[in-house]
Amino acid sequence: MATEAHPLVHEAPQGFVWKYIFSKDHKVIGIQYLLLAMVSVVIGMYLSVLMRFHLAWPNAKLPFSDDIMTSEHYLALMTMHGTIMVFFVLTTAPQSGFGNYFLPIQIGAADMAFPTLNMLSFWFTFVSLMVMVAAFFVTGGAPISGWTAYAPLSALGEIAGPGLGLGQTLWIFSLAIFCGASLMGSLNFITTTLDLRARGMSLMRMPLTVWAWFITAILMLLAFAVLLAAGVLLLLDRLAATSFFIPGGLVVSDQLIAHQGGSPLLWQHLLWFFGHPEVYIAILPGMGIVSHVISCFSRKPIFGYRAMVYALFAIALLGLMVWGHHMFVSGMSPYSAFAFSLLTMCIGVPSAIKTFNWIGTLWGGKIRFTTAMLFAIGFVSVFISGGLGGIFLAQPTVDIFLHDTYFVVGHFHLTMGVAAIFGMFAGTYFWFPKMFGRFMNESLGKLHFWISFIGIYAIFMPMHFIGLAGHPRRYADTTGVDFLAEMNPVHLFITIVALVTVGVQIVFFLNFFWSMRKGKKAEINPWHATTLEWTVSSPPPHDNFAGRPPTIYRGAYEYSVPGAPQDYSPQHVPEGVSAPVSDR
Amino acid sequence: MTARTATGEVELIEVGGGDRGPASAESRPGRGGDGGAAPLFPQRIYISGIVLALAAMLMFFMALASAYVVRKGLSGDWIPLGLPRILWLNTAVIIVSSLTIERARRLLAPQAAGLRGFRGWPRRWRGWWGLTTALGVAFLVGQLIAWQQLAAAGIYLATNPSSSFFYLITTAHGIHLLGGLVALSVVGFRSWPAEARVNHSTAVTVSAIYWHFLGALWVFLFLLLLVGR
Repeated sequence: MATEAHPLVHEAPQGFVWKYIFSKDHKVIGIQYLLLAMVSVVIGMYLSVLMRFHLAWPNAKLPFSDDIMTSEHYLALMTMHGTIMVFFVLTTAPQSGFGNYFLPIQIGAADMAFPTLNMLSFWFTFVSLMVMVAAFFVTGGAPISGWTAYAPLSALGEIAGPGLGLGQTLWIFSLAIFCGASLMGSLNFITTTLDLRARGMSLMRMPLTVWAWFITAILMLLAFAVLLAAGVLLLLDRLAATSFFIPGGLVVSDQLIAHQGGSPLLWQHLLWFFGHPEVYIAILPGMGIVSHVISCFSRKPIFGYRAMVYALFAIALLGLMVWGHHMFVSGMSPYSAFAFSLLTMCIGVPSAIKTFNWIGTLWGGKIRFTTAMLFAIGFVSVFISGGLGGIFLAQPTVDIFLHDTYFVVGHFHLTMGVAAIFGMFAGTYFWFPKMFGRFMNESLGKLHFWISFIGIYAIFMPMHFIGLAGHPRRYADTTGVDFLAEMNPVHLFITIVALVTVGVQIVFFLNFFWSMRKGKKAEINPWHATTLEWTVSSPPPHDNFAGRPPTIYRGAYEYSVPGAPQDYSPQHVPEGVSAPVSDR
Repeated sequence: MTARTATGEVELIEVGGGDRGPASAESRPGRGGDGGAAPLFPQRIYISGIVLALAAMLMFFMALASAYVVRKGLSGDWIPLGLPRILWLNTAVIIVSSLTIERARRLLAPQAAGLRGFRGWPRRWRGWWGLTTALGVAFLVGQLIAWQQLAAAGIYLATNPSSSFFYLITTAHGIHLLGGLVALSVVGFRSWPAEARVNHSTAVTVSAIYWHFLGALWVFLFLLLLVGR
């Protein structure tokens, strides 16, 4: 049979380099992605701390520095904070990190469909991060055009401001490389899900995590190709004197720009055609993880499994059609705005279905409040709070007032930022025993949860309010404007809470690395969960199932089945078998 | 069931092989109605992979095409570009190459099914495959000539948005086609040794799918440049 010459069974590699650096093992690659995201999140968080410091004490010197931050410096930090967080944390960790590690195991595959491509995908991401960070160290520093890099500011080059020369060029190159990495990664995810499922693993038996990674991969495949095209056009405007985005008659720094006829709106359309799906790329994997965790710790099947799958699809499909709601103030026709607005509000329906189903799963369950569960419930809370702000912003009439205010900052940080991060934390605490064979410390975990949970509400809810009061975003210094100066105490409050919240993340990192070595040992299936990752040793062997791919007999969330011997029925246990097949 | 050829590189297609069938069908009727996926044909992942890659490429070119339409519609500085006539010839060449690669691919089909209907198919296969490769090279040379003619007329990348898009779109397509040529050459060289028996391999199928896509894509892009001038 096919097993001998099977192209997917590859030998366990020998030597440190092939085992841990240029590894083709999806588990190693998953961990590499997670570590890359950890480094990135530390950089991104550090940048946000500097910005918060400046907002609270605009006239104070920065810590460890003799300088007072300039507005340009602030904008550069803001650009890099946004870019690093969106691409190298929110896209990388939940999808490429956890997805790489657990998708093949959860569908009963030995590895991804294209292991070499998988390795390349990681190393492209790594190079991309290096190029991005290099932008800090070139003449002029990092770009100041925001993570959205709106043209013409981003298209003009040095003349438009510091960081818009080489810094911006590196930024575009970095993202182009990232696009390549994402395309390779998503192609791999989709093929693996379609073609490498174990016997009996029908689509409707897949864990919701797999569904979420699969649908996210489809979004990535479609969206990143468009970002790549946009990046190529922008690069040509910068380097080859074309005029795709630069309009005529533009006077910058007292000089008439030679370009003519380009359309800045064109950039916005291309960017947001990618940018809005990107929001869902960040949040959908979190939704999958949360469904997985809530079902396990409620000891109940997920409420409305099929509805959850269809809701994921609906969110992804609608997510591809609503990019215009980022552009209500760009002068678009009110009719288009109406269409975009209506479609945007439609996303409320599948989102509500998901929320309802999570609560329905919790309802009447035997809830175990582990740290993973707390973060999963926290995700639901934050997602609702942040999502409701989205309904405000979806209406053009309201958005015209709220556009580019702190209301938007509060909204997207709660939804795609914090909610997605909570999804990652839930995944980390939940899967840590599988990845490293040890538990993370639960007491520290709960401390981490409660301070983070209260902290992020205390940071981002006030932003909604100062946004309603008309506080524009992206301002480095608000002391010179009378009505903004009145809100400065709010900034001070946010900054103090932010420092505490960042501080407790250090507890998380200590807990993570301490537990890798010293944590309490975990057995194979410590949470008494049903899916396939809990049937293999911790950490799993090189080809996951030691050459014996499992056979699947039931759905992913059969908890508390009436008449079953225990309150969980693993997917690989046939009907009528009284005890789970002992772990291999 | 992966048979290896003399070159050890190309696999036989599996016809009706593979152990399909969900383990669930008997134990749990009514659940998981779409059945479990069979433990893969090795070939299947490559077909899925190339189709997905094409989807991404299509999105890339559609983004360029919509940028083309929007940029043209929104501005007053658009000067229609007279396309070099050689592009008609190039279009004909790439369409013919799609036919020749299909001929080569189909030559293998009876072989794979075990029907060795005629003698001498490896030689004929090599002929059609080589012809396709040559036509691909001819297309690229034709595109280079088109650029040269434009440049000779003083029309460069930044001359006008219409020329910017022309150079960009043809270059992007050309780079993809160059990748296709590499694939065709690799498959061709593997089958060159006299003892090599070319089979209806994954590599042939995947290259053919890619090549057809590039042909169809070029026809679309050519029409865009021509009609949407």
